[in-house]
Amino acid sequence: MKEILEGSHAVAEAARLCRPQVISAYPITPQTHIVEALAQMVADCKVDADYICVESEFSALSACIGASAAGSRTYSATTSQGLALMYEVCFNAAGMRLPIVMTIANRAMSAPLSIWNDQQDSISLRDSGWIQFYAEDNQEAFDLHILAYRVCEDHAILLPAFVCFDGFILSHTYEPVEIPTQEEIDAYLPAFNPYQRLDAQDPISFGMYATPDYYLEFRYETQQAMLRAKEAIMKYGALFGEHFGRDYSALIEGYHLEDAEIALVAMGSVCGTVKDAIDEMRAEGKKVGLLKIRCFRPFPGDEIAEALSHVRTVAILDKNISLGSKGAVGLEIKDVLYGSDIDVYDYIIGLGGRDIRKKDIKAVVDLAEKGSGDMFYGLREELL
Amino acid sequence: MVDRTIENFECGHRACGGCGAATAVRMILKGAGEDVIVVSPTGCLEVFTTPYPETAWKVPWIHSLFENAAAVASGIESSLKKQGRNEKVLVIGGDGATVDIGMLCLSGAFERNHDITYICYDNEAYMNTGIQRSGATPFDASTSTSPAGACSMGNKHQKKDVPAILAAHGSPYVATATMAYPTDLMKKVETAVNTPGACYIQVHAPCCTGWGFEGHQTIAVGKLAVETGLWVNYEMVNGTVKKAKKVKRKPVEEYLSVQKRFRHLFKPQKNLEEIAKIQAIADANAAKFGIDL
Repeated sequence: MKEILEGSHAVAEAARLCRPQVISAYPITPQTHIVEALAQMVADCKVDADYICVESEFSALSACIGASAAGSRTYSATTSQGLALMYEVCFNAAGMRLPIVMTIANRAMSAPLSIWNDQQDSISLRDSGWIQFYAEDNQEAFDLHILAYRVCEDHAILLPAFVCFDGFILSHTYEPVEIPTQEEIDAYLPAFNPYQRLDAQDPISFGMYATPDYYLEFRYETQQAMLRAKEAIMKYGALFGEHFGRDYSALIEGYHLEDAEIALVAMGSVCGTVKDAIDEMRAEGKKVGLLKIRCFRPFPGDEIAEALSHVRTVAILDKNISLGSKGAVGLEIKDVLYGSDIDVYDYIIGLGGRDIRKKDIKAVVDLAEKGSGDMFYGLREELL
Repeated sequence: MVDRTIENFECGHRACGGCGAATAVRMILKGAGEDVIVVSPTGCLEVFTTPYPETAWKVPWIHSLFENAAAVASGIESSLKKQGRNEKVLVIGGDGATVDIGMLCLSGAFERNHDITYICYDNEAYMNTGIQRSGATPFDASTSTSPAGACSMGNKHQKKDVPAILAAHGSPYVATATMAYPTDLMKKVETAVNTPGACYIQVHAPCCTGWGFEGHQTIAVGKLAVETGLWVNYEMVNGTVKKAKKVKRKPVEEYLSVQKRFRHLFKPQKNLEEIAKIQAIADANAAKFGIDL
């Protein structure tokens, strides 16, 4: 059934339909509407979950680790400072191979304090071993949660996942969202079947320490699982299409990319604006296209190199900055296009909730055409 | 009563000979029974029991991080409840992980009153990293970050009273114990795991390496702590002290003089003024809990 839903409520519906047994969360703007909605669902017996109102994000994810290790499907949601407080817990959950799914309502990092959107928070956890999905709209945000559980809980994967959607821009915006029935979700997503669990009948030790004789292999195995996750996303993304009519078998998407001379690369909600800008630029005769990255970890490098192989110029919109270097997406794209003769330019844009409008997209394309890039876009010179 | 002959803590682990914590944990598992899941934060216990691929634990066991054991235990309890399972959830962690860095998670778990038992083996400093002071280090103890010196008498502060803090959270059962009195320890663990809600036991666990005594003296040192009144074994039920072990008190010197961490109080000459301050702590304990025979 199609409903007009706030993004946060669409995500809460997705979480509910995935039948989590333990929800553990701590409120933080702009994630609050998700966890409030879930708390109400628990209060109304609409989801059979234990909801732990923890005292911090650090404990929110720590409780998910315990709950998942004991054999329950778990869910949490956070953003920005809350995610930063979870930093070591994120690495730990991935290293322990626990398939926790967590929503990130993307928000800028302090200082200065900002509750508004960019993607610095989740990008900063790119090395933690979590699968990272980025949603363009609320339908995709809804769908990616269902897909995430299916992928993460596969015994060949056993990794946690962030489903990232832009704070306020999506989380507080109403859009029509197709909500499948519980039966339809159940037909796609089977009940959680833990690979191993804490059980007095079959005692095992979780989270032992590894000496230099063993540590390297643990990290290698986790990397291999991350690489296998790419195949799993393709497989379960295609299966998602068969069940629900929306195909997620690719980790990237193109928009007017086939014949493009200039390709924009972006993640998340800005892709919608980019598509509108491309329509207008195409009408003016400019051969511009978009490459949207839906899954940043595992990084679909080969697919991106292939999709961009024919373009002359690439302009990356990075809603993050690796201070002292470049934007994280830009670095990845430059890596996969190394040795090609494509001009690749990175633009740090929209940090801390600065609007990205169609005219900004067009201005970025103009800059790239002139060979000007690897820069912050849209600086207010009078403040500098 | 549970079967005290069970041995769920395998020998052959890598603790120091004479480790008070290792003996304490063996007794704790005898008190807790078979249907138990143990959570350990990072620390000596975690390190000496689980170098991959070896484990000393014959019960399900999990280590996540240093400061999150109480939160992990909260999640396990919640998870078991949802699955209709009835294993007991037991945390066994050191004093640094409990009274310092894990305080946030501990407070949260006790405020929410999860059905867990949290046991702190208290060896009164960060032993795993090389004997640095913690919030549980006693007054005047010399540690590697509160060393005695020309202008220092060691640790300047008294132990943080975590049992009182957790009792103030509304915990139904809070107790102190020591590995030197194993029957009492096992009984208290059994009481705690069978009391619904978040229960806490702080267990005095002398550390021969960190405190500076011979490994064969561990039990004797543990007993002296109680006999001098510097450690009081008591039970608090719903916030009220119900039982405290009475003793014919010995002077604190007898406890202090057998440990290198207090050597500066006796050499080059006896520091009567400082020893009197520590005696005053024991006297205050005795008055507070009425332990004098």
